[in-house]
Amino acid sequence: MVGNLLLRGMIVGVVAGLLAFGFARVFGEPAVEHAIALEEAASQAKGEAPEPELVSREVQAGLGLFTGLVTFGAALGGLFSLAFPFAHGRLTSLSPRATAGLLALAGFVTLVLVPALKYPPNPPAVGDPETIGLRTQLYFAMLVFSLAGAVLAVAVGKRFRPALGVWNAALLGVVVYAAAVILLQLALPSINEVPEQFPATLLWQFRTASLGVQATVWTTLGLLFGYVAERYMAAARTGDARLAYSQGSR
Amino acid sequence: MSDIVLKPTAQPVAIPVGEILPWAVFAGLILLLALYFVGAEEGATSLISGSSVHEFVHDGRHLLGFPCH
Repeated sequence: MVGNLLLRGMIVGVVAGLLAFGFARVFGEPAVEHAIALEEAASQAKGEAPEPELVSREVQAGLGLFTGLVTFGAALGGLFSLAFPFAHGRLTSLSPRATAGLLALAGFVTLVLVPALKYPPNPPAVGDPETIGLRTQLYFAMLVFSLAGAVLAVAVGKRFRPALGVWNAALLGVVVYAAAVILLQLALPSINEVPEQFPATLLWQFRTASLGVQATVWTTLGLLFGYVAERYMAAARTGDARLAYSQGSR
Repeated sequence: MSDIVLKPTAQPVAIPVGEILPWAVFAGLILLLALYFVGAEEGATSLISGSSVHEFVHDGRHLLGFPCH
């Protein structure tokens, strides 16, 4: 059962990666190109030699982007399909489709939206190469803490469900998570390495496109995996029943 | 008596944790490694020397929101 769900999750993830690639080509690449042009103009103005291109821009924006997003989609789809059976029938008593949809929404908020509010995605030309170590640590710390806050929120919600009912217990969970987010926003150091002259509209365009890429991935996972999982689980159930019947009649 | 269903709702049956866990651990590790290569290899940490992986997935890494360079 779990292996079959994993396989389906990874296939759905590949589809999510393909859709995200389409979105990124149309809405993301113009901003990336623009930012790189600014970066090159700035280093030229300083009289620096142009950086040698290890991988051409065509490959980066084509095959490289494709490989990156499809690999990301397949890996995330697999992880999503492994998280799904923990939630289904345990955290919710909803149908597989509804569970998958809620799980994807929670995943997007926890692993994309909340971390992005603290450490937003940056286009090329933004970010000091000297601080990549610190920025990477803080970003992954934010992911881990946000996930921990979500797990705590779910545990609290589940704990108080018998006393408060489903809705109020879920709201209590949301309050717990919101408190964790506020704490993280205040406790972790902020980073702003946007150059003084960097166009605000370009930054906005890049960041919304980046959120759009992630939203495409997570929406596809939530909706398509739910559909696929519900069909598979229903078929497996009737298959089991048929098997039990044929064994019983023998 | 214990077989009598008190509340016959269509409560979905959860897959036992023991059945999920081996998959979650082994497949989960491999999948996380794949995410690492797309998101962070040759940024702050390097398993492979050079920066060809970083440069190849450069645009995807930026647009997925990972710290790049």
